[in-house]
Amino acid sequence: MEKTLFKFIWRYSKRDQIILLILTAISFPFLYLSLDLPKTIINKAIGGKDVPEEIFGMTVDQIDYLLILSGAFLALVFVNGGFKFYVNVFRGQLGERMLRRLRYSLLARVLRFPLPQFKKVSQGEVIQMVNSEVEPLGGFVGDSIALPAFQGGTLLTILIFMFIQDWMLGLAAIALYPIQGYIIPKLQWHVNQLGKKRVRNVRVLAEKIGEAVSGIEEVHANDGARRILARFTERLGVIYDIRYEIFRRKFFIKFLNNFIAQLTPFFFYSIGGYLVIKGDLTFGALVAILAAYKDLSAPWKELLTYYQRLADSRIKYDQVIEQFDPQGIWPENYQMAEIEADFSLAGNVSAGNLSILDEESQPIVEKLSFDISKSEHIALTGPSSGGKDLATILMARLLAPDSGQIVVAGKQIADLPEAATGRYMGYIGPNAFVFNATLKENILLGAMHRPISTEGELNEDLKNAQLSGNSLDDLGAEWLDYNAIGVDSDAGLQKRLIELLQVVDLDVDVYSMGLRSTVDGFDDDQLLEQILTARKKFRERLDKSDISNFVESFDKEVFNSNASVAENLLFGTPKGDSFNSENIGTNAYVVEILERVDLKDEFIRIGRDVASTMVELFADLPSDHEYFSQYSFISSEDLPEFQTLLARSERLGLENMSTEDSNQFLSLPFKLIPARHRLDLITNDIQKRILEARKLFAEEIGDELRDEIEFFEAGHYNRSSSIQDNILFGKIALDKANAIEEVNHLVTEIIDQENLRPMIINAGLNSQAGLAGSRLSQGQRQKLSIARALLRRPDHLILNEATSSLDSGSQTIVMSNLLSEMKDRNVTWALQRASLAENFDRVLVLSGGQVVEDGSFQDLVKKEDSVINDLLREE
Amino acid sequence: MSLNKEVEVLRDVPLFSKIDHTKLKLLAFTSEKLIHQDGQFLFREGETGDAAYIVLQGKVAVFIQTEKGPVEVAQLKRGDVVGEISILCDVPRTASVKAVESVQTLKITKDTFIHLLTEFPEIAIEIMRELASRLNKTNIQLREALTD
Repeated sequence: MEKTLFKFIWRYSKRDQIILLILTAISFPFLYLSLDLPKTIINKAIGGKDVPEEIFGMTVDQIDYLLILSGAFLALVFVNGGFKFYVNVFRGQLGERMLRRLRYSLLARVLRFPLPQFKKVSQGEVIQMVNSEVEPLGGFVGDSIALPAFQGGTLLTILIFMFIQDWMLGLAAIALYPIQGYIIPKLQWHVNQLGKKRVRNVRVLAEKIGEAVSGIEEVHANDGARRILARFTERLGVIYDIRYEIFRRKFFIKFLNNFIAQLTPFFFYSIGGYLVIKGDLTFGALVAILAAYKDLSAPWKELLTYYQRLADSRIKYDQVIEQFDPQGIWPENYQMAEIEADFSLAGNVSAGNLSILDEESQPIVEKLSFDISKSEHIALTGPSSGGKDLATILMARLLAPDSGQIVVAGKQIADLPEAATGRYMGYIGPNAFVFNATLKENILLGAMHRPISTEGELNEDLKNAQLSGNSLDDLGAEWLDYNAIGVDSDAGLQKRLIELLQVVDLDVDVYSMGLRSTVDGFDDDQLLEQILTARKKFRERLDKSDISNFVESFDKEVFNSNASVAENLLFGTPKGDSFNSENIGTNAYVVEILERVDLKDEFIRIGRDVASTMVELFADLPSDHEYFSQYSFISSEDLPEFQTLLARSERLGLENMSTEDSNQFLSLPFKLIPARHRLDLITNDIQKRILEARKLFAEEIGDELRDEIEFFEAGHYNRSSSIQDNILFGKIALDKANAIEEVNHLVTEIIDQENLRPMIINAGLNSQAGLAGSRLSQGQRQKLSIARALLRRPDHLILNEATSSLDSGSQTIVMSNLLSEMKDRNVTWALQRASLAENFDRVLVLSGGQVVEDGSFQDLVKKEDSVINDLLREE
Repeated sequence: MSLNKEVEVLRDVPLFSKIDHTKLKLLAFTSEKLIHQDGQFLFREGETGDAAYIVLQGKVAVFIQTEKGPVEVAQLKRGDVVGEISILCDVPRTASVKAVESVQTLKITKDTFIHLLTEFPEIAIEIMRELASRLNKTNIQLREALTD
């Protein structure tokens, strides 16, 4: 990375800066002409002195001459404006390009930070630096050379013009410049220092914010919010003080500048006026000089602002750069170099004399040596700080040892690019990270290292990327390495993914995610047909069984007592927000339908009864009680309001309440599920009228609301409902014991009979994992990460307590599946519990950063005083 | 059966007899009403239990496993409670309970019950009183059995 801002600018934008300079230089003669022309117009054309008789061979009188000169002036205005416009656009583009380059190179460096660096620099700081701190640099880069040249040149042109008119006035115009030139930098220096301080403090704030967000559970669990807020307040206070100081000083500088600039006209009026009266200077020249002086203040101001920005940008650049140049940053080759087609790491592993020092230069791993043969399954175990985790991290080359070396298949891994270690080895740590994408995308990341097919021509976007020194890899190209996975088609990939899910014991989970997911987005009509067949078969089977009443099917003509009143009325799934449970009670169309079947008043009455029950049941509970979210129709915040409403309805009677008040009750009945809530409010008569409303609702729905709902239809797949709901096409009876288990069991049976399981797992694979995999449990995240590493069939699979969050049943399954999946290939597994080592070919016990025992589990256990026996006893 | 009728049944349960009407209604509202078909088990001996059942309608039979196979020890009807021990302490089910005709019950889970007790300590006192009187009764029975 270039050490100074100007080195960076010069290295990457030399050509553009020179073009800008040339453009600027060309524009000056025009500028000079546009300054000089007014004098000629006033003195010659208007004053009538020396009007030439002919121009370009045409005879002209004074008026013609005036018009020609004015026309020329207009043309010059256009030319100057055009230059300015073109230069500005060019400069802006250059600035953006350089900002893009700078951001990219910072990000690229973050990816090459040695891992320990992340203990020193927080996520918040990195984001702050890359996003906000470098932003103003972009604008500055475009201006860095051209602006002083342009404004300086303009200034000079104007000054030359003035000096030619009258040297004394010229001198007067710049008389105060030396004073400004001396004082301003001195004042500016203080501002710069404050600027540096501000940058540092904002970074600390960013870090503290990041910390509060990541540690939010701890904050709540330890009642730490007030302390955190106090800390923020302190930080914001420091920043406030600095910023205030900066403003004060900046505005003082501005004040000084303006004051000095206003002093100069004093000289013009006095000296210039004197000269005109004496006849030493023409009146036209004085007007021209005054006009020129007006133009003079703009570039001078620009130059002074430029000076401030220059100082600012330098600080920012220096402060950012020093953070992105840590010791031991990996060379670019590690990530960019490719490997030969026949590359392989299949072979023995030999680690010799590995040492790692901690921050105080104390060894935490010392002279660690071990040998692992090509197809061995090795368990690493030992006390928690014994070094087994570091051994795996070193082997996966995520950390470079301070001394010693690891040789895999005859190759020094320290010299290999990530293309080798990241493809032919697989590493899974305890904090398995899952990205905010679908499960499938997360797994496929394990075999997406580079674009497989690249077109010869770069497209427009990539050409732009090239101009900014960004990555030339096309994100839209095919990245998935089918060869590495060992499949040749999408169908094969699909099969392999399901196999992998089975290996990591995630298939059942993904299957149930699939059942709960909607298939919106994939367009295989045949599959949807199959689900409809499953729906039919399911109902047939159900009718034949003795649990036929466990599912209450949707029937256009029948009220479904296991569905909510809203669902009964809509008889469909809301797609947008218009009819969702929050809005349905206030939706104008719904209310209109209720009115037409004489239900509105009934609903208000029912709503009043619901409200009164809720108040009776929940008024005594503390407002944060979980029952409010689980059971109450009215939130704890709204409860007091409903208490008032109820009192009012008691006093006035429902009919006499204002419409606004009574409408508050209107939305409550929609949430009622008669079979569940058992309030006996939805009588047979009401049910009948809801059915009428249902019919009317569907018949008269307008075009703009038609897209807000997808109706239930027996022969139609409902894309807004889950796959499971589509198969059920009804509601599970809430009051039948074991109904959910029995029905799920039957659904699964039908699905397997219809061979729908792979398709449903696929739907599950397409569901979102959430931010940092938040929709999955820690155990599921670990399993997903293992599948990701297995996908590319690595020669060595390295696990570092990678199944620590699995329950012991699942752990046994995953371990035995993994070991047979990796038959004939090396597995090196740092175990959280020594007893798990029994399933491995050989056990290495690490303690104090060294191998203290090495042998088969059985042999080691036989020795009474062995470390592994101590470990086993402690479990 | 509607919520209000369920509450009436709950009132007749000795364990709940002293508890305020509103609280019983809350208990009913936050609990599931279940229908077990004739012959369906509510729970089996040895399982870990997390819920008590209050019979609202119909009959259930209680069985104990013996060397000679299951033996029916009691039949329970409307207003009776089964499985209440396991929502108070963690012991496996001591008997199996089966519906002998179509039975409606209110399933009170451990969580619901504990919630009720923590929110309304006066209920806890009522329950203690009831349990103490049961214990007393058992003691008397035991004494009688010993003196016989």
